[in-house]
Amino acid sequence: MSEGLSFHFDVDGDSFTSAGQASVQVKKDLRRLGVDPEIIRRVSIAMYEGEINMVIHAHGGHAEVRVTEQAVEIILEDRGPGIADIEQAMQAGFSTAPDAIRSLGFGAGMGLPNMKRYTDHMDIQSTVGVGTRITMRVDLPQ
Amino acid sequence: MTVQQLMEQGGFTAAALPEGDREVSGVYIGDLLSWVMGRAGAGEAWITIMSNRNIVAVAMLADTACILLAEGVQPDEGVAALAEEKGVNILCSPHSAYETALRLRDAL
Ligand SMILES: Nc1ncnc2c1ncn2[C@@H]1O[C@H](COP(=O)(O)OP(=O)(O)OP(=O)(O)O)[C@@H](O)[C@H]1O
Ligand SMILES: [Mg+2]
Repeated sequence: MSEGLSFHFDVDGDSFTSAGQASVQVKKDLRRLGVDPEIIRRVSIAMYEGEINMVIHAHGGHAEVRVTEQAVEIILEDRGPGIADIEQAMQAGFSTAPDAIRSLGFGAGMGLPNMKRYTDHMDIQSTVGVGTRITMRVDLPQ
Repeated sequence: MTVQQLMEQGGFTAAALPEGDREVSGVYIGDLLSWVMGRAGAGEAWITIMSNRNIVAVAMLADTACILLAEGVQPDEGVAALAEEKGVNILCSPHSAYETALRLRDAL
């Protein structure tokens, strides 16, 4: 683990039913690396929320997860519509999810707040009409 | 108490029980998936009426002990098989979420 490891995933924007696969794979990989279960849980939740957002709001994208001795870093990148007002999107309860998606249980407007809460650092770069790039970091116990 | 014991004591049925000896540490009730992700604790029994396949991923990632479908809800087609494959327990209760929660309270 000392030299660092990275995992790359394509997140399919069309197949809503298989959404979450990248997060599930990351969970397995981290377990295999012997990462602390509570850290794995935080990474899994933050990544799942980001992955689902790319599927629901951005027609899919790419995810990269880097593991070093210091931290697990998650980078999510899409070429979706972008987020016009990031501060508003970050508010608990804010959602633009359509009804069909809400009927599946999504759209509470809690995904981005969860990502913030479960990570030690989160940064959102977004340009309307271009896409969104979210970087999250969960520090490992030293 | 294990998921298997909880099923027997609560009068629930199993839709998928690949990890029946998992310990149950508490209960979370909710249908909005991001709330569940944010609030459910690892090892808790999750009471919901959501039956689509996304519940399997949520239960895996939030690391709940089992999904407990209330109100007589059955998992959607293919969901029980998916849960079995992924190691996620799904129990079914014919009772309301409230009545189901009371049974868990008595059992735990
Ligand atoms: N990758 C993205 N591209 C474009 N817009 C996004 C993206 N991620 C989030 N958003 C916007 O930010 C809003 C809030 O996101 P958040 O994840 O908090 O809630 P949600 O996805 O609507 O519901 P929930 O996550 O609770 O199921 C979304 O409704 C959407 O408008
Ligand atoms: Mg979301």
